[in-house]
Amino acid sequence: MVAIADSVPKPVARFRFILDRRNVLGSIMIAPAILYVLLLVGVPFLMAVYYSLSAYTIYDPSWSFVGLANFEDVVQDPVFQQTLYNTFIFTFGSQMLGLILGKFGALVLLRPFPGRKFVRALVILPWAVPIALATVAWQWMFDSLYSVINWTLIALGVVTRSQAPNWLGTPHLAMLSVIVVNAWRFFPFAIVIFLAGITAVPQDVLDAATVDGAGFWRRNYQIIMPMILPIVAIGLVFGIVFTFTDLSIVFLMTMGGPVGATSVLGFAGFQTGIVSGDVSHGAAISLFMLPVLFIVVVAMLRFIRRREV
Amino acid sequence: MAAVATRDIVKKFGEVTAVNGISLNVPNGEFMVLLGPSGCGKTTFLRIICGLERQTSGDLLIGGDLVNDIPPRARGVAMMFQSYGLYPHFTVRHNIAFPLKTQGVPRAEIGRKVEWASQLLGIGHLLDRRPRQLSGGERQRVALARALVRQPTALLLDEPLSNLDAKLRTSARQEIKQFQQRVGVTTVYVTHDQVEAMGMGDRIAVIDRGQVRQVGTPSEIYDNPADRFVATFVGAPPMNIVARNGSYLGFRPENFLPKDMVKDAAFTEFQFRVDRSEYLGSERIVYGVLEGFDAKEVVTAKLPPAHVAEEWIRPGEWHPFAVRDAALRHFDNDGKRTSRR
Ligand SMILES: Nc1ncnc2c1ncn2[C@@H]1O[C@H](COP(=O)(O)OP(=O)(O)OP(=O)(O)O)[C@@H](O)[C@H]1O
Ligand SMILES: [Mg+2]
Repeated sequence: MVAIADSVPKPVARFRFILDRRNVLGSIMIAPAILYVLLLVGVPFLMAVYYSLSAYTIYDPSWSFVGLANFEDVVQDPVFQQTLYNTFIFTFGSQMLGLILGKFGALVLLRPFPGRKFVRALVILPWAVPIALATVAWQWMFDSLYSVINWTLIALGVVTRSQAPNWLGTPHLAMLSVIVVNAWRFFPFAIVIFLAGITAVPQDVLDAATVDGAGFWRRNYQIIMPMILPIVAIGLVFGIVFTFTDLSIVFLMTMGGPVGATSVLGFAGFQTGIVSGDVSHGAAISLFMLPVLFIVVVAMLRFIRRREV
Repeated sequence: MAAVATRDIVKKFGEVTAVNGISLNVPNGEFMVLLGPSGCGKTTFLRIICGLERQTSGDLLIGGDLVNDIPPRARGVAMMFQSYGLYPHFTVRHNIAFPLKTQGVPRAEIGRKVEWASQLLGIGHLLDRRPRQLSGGERQRVALARALVRQPTALLLDEPLSNLDAKLRTSARQEIKQFQQRVGVTTVYVTHDQVEAMGMGDRIAVIDRGQVRQVGTPSEIYDNPADRFVATFVGAPPMNIVARNGSYLGFRPENFLPKDMVKDAAFTEFQFRVDRSEYLGSERIVYGVLEGFDAKEVVTAKLPPAHVAEEWIRPGEWHPFAVRDAALRHFDNDGKRTSRR
């Protein structure tokens, strides 16, 4: 009796090895990520689409379908046009500045010098510090009265006290300020990307270029840069996507001001949809990010693929 | 094209002395091979010549001019690297054109020269490919074309064949040699493969631990090695060296023959005990020891199998062997060859 029962595999025993099956284990491992994306990105996205096609406000929560009327309203609004323009300036300005800072930072950090390890660790700081905290610090630096930057400029005799720039109170300077802060936040990421790229360039190739008569600049711009372009482009895609959809720096530093000069899509969508309660128009504003980012990302990925052949 | 000369070049990397006083003259148009074991400083020496590395002391002259302080791009030498160092993001055409572009050669002339170099090396059909789409042999030719296209003052080659398989290596050896003769460019060729060195070099410089042991034509190096290092480094199997009366006696395995095969009147006879033999088709290598010498000094003989029957050299047997006196070499206690033959 006992012997027969033992020789038949029990269902429990079979189930014990289910995790050894590649496809089962794979599904289980990826499930949290998929669930996360579906619940926290997919559902809100569908809701945003739904709201943007309705006349929903928090005062009148009716689900009446209005077609593309919200989008028409938004596009014709000059404030929105300004916001869209600002978003592009903010994104490309800060990415450019971040890339330049990253490139030079990487070149500096490649050379051995005393304390290099310490500096390398320090450089990651802007990325690691909570953005709210860092922005408050920057806000003080740009403050009309207490600006350290202005003090320095005055002390150096570049400007007089009466001419000292009002960083956050002048439209162009305010845009410059948020760009600088965003670039400052992103450049450690750019440094890491550049360092990874540059150290992957074989020494033989660089030596060959040197012997072939290329000086420092030519080596940099005709050999190293084209060779690391695919990896830099990937980093740039990330940077663009994050910056284009970001609202934290603008929200914390300028509240979109002065007079909407630094308002960006994320911020405007939040203001209209959540703060003012006009959910349908807010959703419509936010959804404008989608086609723009889609085009940018597809174009960059195609470019990268072509370069890698 | 120009002569390359070095005077007492020393290169130290911290504690390590990679090059320890090399003085070498490479006349215009010569094919000079640097031969030495791994880590003896060959690559470092080449990198000093082309300016990638600055020597700790010593002088470097190219075409009679002192170029110690001249940057690589102004020296006009071309170097081909062990792994070729092709630019992966450029096409073959662009790779070959690059050294010309850096010198501001006019566009039309660049086209002409790229055409010339690619014809010379038979890679005209590859011009629009990228390096990763090429085979090892094709890459090597592209690298060679890139090195030659600007007609350098001197061509430096660092183990250019080490990435190729044995068959391709033989044909590439021919090609480089023929091609160097046609163009007549002063060439310094680094290798640790003595077959390459013997087959290609007009002269060979044997290097050990950062120092030149001997410079000479392949036959000088082979027949009259300057010291025990050269004697045992060149030749396969290497020269036999046995201690005798406080000095050393050397003879090549192919000169160590059964006594009745030695035709010269003057010869030295040895009793040879066969331990082991290898049949290699065109030759038979026999290992054993000599009577009256240290039993740890293994001696090899290279015999023509057509003349020596297999039964004749069974292991454990003693046989009378002899070396022509003209083929005997004497080394003193320090390993230097004494002038007396
Ligand atoms: N940048 C460096 N820093 C420290 N030591 C070095 C450096 N480059 C070379 N060396 C040392 O110098 C010696 C000579 O090196 P080199 O590369 O010239 O040898 P090689 O003759 O080309 O050897 P191989 O045949 O293996 O290529 C070696 O002991 C090496 O460890
Ligand atoms: Mg080497």
